[in-house]
Amino acid sequence: MKPTDPHVTWIDDKPLGLMEKLYLPLFMQGLSTTARHMISPKVTVHFPEERPTVGNPLIYRGVHRLNRDDDGRVKCVACFLCATACPAHCIDIVAAESPWSDREKYPESFSIDELRCIFCGMCEEACPVDAIELTSLLDLTGKSREEMIFDKEKLLSVYDMTKDSEPMKSASLGGTL
Amino acid sequence: MQTVIVNGQEIEIGATDRLNGIQAARRVGVEIPHYCWHPGLSVVASCRMCLVETGTRDKATGKITMVPKLVPACQTPAVDGSVFVTDSDIVKASRARVEEALLIDHPIDCPICDKAGECLLQDYHFEHGQAQRRADIKPFTSRRREVGPTVSLFVDRCVMCTRCVRFTREVSGTSELMVINRGSKEEIDSFPGFPLDNKLAGNVVDLCPVGALGDKDFLYQQRVWFLENQPNVCGGCSTGCSISTEFHQDTVYRLKPRENPHINKWWICDDGRYGWHHLHDPARILSAARSESVSPSNGSEKSPEWSDVVVALRKDLGVAIGPSGKLGVSVSPMLTLEEAWMLCTLAREIDPGAMLAVGYVPSIGSDETFPGGFMIRAEKCPNRLGVEQIVAMFDPSVRSWNDLVSSASNGEITAAWISGGYPFPWIDQTTADAFHTMSCLVVQDLFDSPLTKKAHWRLPSVGFAERAGTWINASHRAQGFSWAIRPPAGVWPEGRLFWNMLGRKGLYDPGVIRREFATGSAALSALFDDIPAHGIDLRISQLASST
Repeated sequence: MKPTDPHVTWIDDKPLGLMEKLYLPLFMQGLSTTARHMISPKVTVHFPEERPTVGNPLIYRGVHRLNRDDDGRVKCVACFLCATACPAHCIDIVAAESPWSDREKYPESFSIDELRCIFCGMCEEACPVDAIELTSLLDLTGKSREEMIFDKEKLLSVYDMTKDSEPMKSASLGGTL
Repeated sequence: MQTVIVNGQEIEIGATDRLNGIQAARRVGVEIPHYCWHPGLSVVASCRMCLVETGTRDKATGKITMVPKLVPACQTPAVDGSVFVTDSDIVKASRARVEEALLIDHPIDCPICDKAGECLLQDYHFEHGQAQRRADIKPFTSRRREVGPTVSLFVDRCVMCTRCVRFTREVSGTSELMVINRGSKEEIDSFPGFPLDNKLAGNVVDLCPVGALGDKDFLYQQRVWFLENQPNVCGGCSTGCSISTEFHQDTVYRLKPRENPHINKWWICDDGRYGWHHLHDPARILSAARSESVSPSNGSEKSPEWSDVVVALRKDLGVAIGPSGKLGVSVSPMLTLEEAWMLCTLAREIDPGAMLAVGYVPSIGSDETFPGGFMIRAEKCPNRLGVEQIVAMFDPSVRSWNDLVSSASNGEITAAWISGGYPFPWIDQTTADAFHTMSCLVVQDLFDSPLTKKAHWRLPSVGFAERAGTWINASHRAQGFSWAIRPPAGVWPEGRLFWNMLGRKGLYDPGVIRREFATGSAALSALFDDIPAHGIDLRISQLASST
């Protein structure tokens, strides 16, 4: 786009008024903001000794989990919609015919590269069976890159760990399955 | 000339064209939705999706008389004065009702259905269906039934278009499939005791407009929207069917037929359809290797760099031939014209008197024809005619593989270059023993064989989806194609090796080579220009040039 393009509208800064030119009122205004924050209650904590409180765990976007159904089987049907929606391409699924009679397809392997993930929540949004969810676990560390690629077992164990504190969202949101 | 009016637009169709409403509308760019109609099958007009308003225009007065009811466009011939209206409210309402009826008991299992993404029911529902579902029957699963060794039927997903039934009756001529029950209880099934087990069975999966028929080979392997497409040519037999290779990240997932009215119409055989698994076989030869009998080992097992191979191969062959020796080259019928021409040129550069022979031509069984006109050839290589043409450019007495074997056993040649690329075992121990006396034996193949064990140089070869070039099929039709996937790491395709050994700069470009040999050969002169998608019949151009 050229500067002479008719679609470009050029806007100049407003000329300074008397108050701006005097400098001191603006100075006081800025300083009062600083002072206000000095006496207002702190929102930061001394992590990791202190843990921050997550406002609403149901909408927090932390580590993923794979939900289980009533029989303890992985809920995922390996439809690849999360992998399709994922803008970071961090989900890798290998599908297979399920060993159960009431289901056709299931994920033989399911892994998420947590290092590549940008925690946007699109996978959760795309999932037609509410199998993948983001928990409120926020401190995600590991000693190697390999450790940070979460496989199906690990994602299911995240569910086992968090299912009591964070119930599956599908029920409260009118889930499908 | 006949004049047809589609949505008020007049088009001229040829006087001898026999089109139906769907085809005539396509000529003006109007797509009429349809499930049961397929250009390769008979018309049943049972799905009612293509219902349109139609009428005729009186030639003398120009007055248009419309038929009072909607008629199926697939069954209505487009003749002089035919009028089709495809976008009126009544047509749109009819389509929405058909979609609604189909979806009443269609399971909503698109997430696990392999057809999702290329499903006509999905596409038409978005385009022509209604947003709301008035019936509250919500089946989520579909019953599954095996109708044959390669095909599964998901019974409840079926929309009863009967394309598969008509295919087995009209094209494969085996009639395994049929409709059982009546009315809303209609289902597809195989005739008791006759599972869908014929050489064309896989085509019913392509024909199925919804996800009812699933290919067990592809089932749940990949979602279709991830797949990329490369127009390609099947290398399974000398019919040379037009195919499209569907792949994702250098892995082939399935092959689909590509419409070509001159060769395979809309079909391919199951041998070709499942004939890509050798591409990902872990037993493939994946690196160039030089045996110790040629160069004493310095203790390292590392395979040589390709840049070194290019130099060392020429040197070894030169040493082996010496002042009085002779090089024998077998030009495999799996190679493309371009690769074959470069191999012949290279052989004549190394040894001006080199003996050139057409490689082993595998033949299994006899030609099979089907009632629909489809033909599976016994000759299991794609380019025998082409390689013969190329070898004839260098040596008019086109020698065969047996000639080469006998001249190897009687000591006429002292070094040999055997190009292979056969995806199956092709040579026995006795034939391989004929090359025992070679002072340098170069073998280029996909898999190890008795011959590669004798080789001084064992070079990898590539499969059809990794090649680029031109093949000439058994009916003299030349088809050009490009590679779909890259060969495994460490493998150079033949074309690239020959290109580099000939000292050419840059990347292997089949087009450059093709134009070079097309100028040097009358028979192949038609290949000078770009080859159209459906290929080019070389016999026609020969007739034209001789008159």
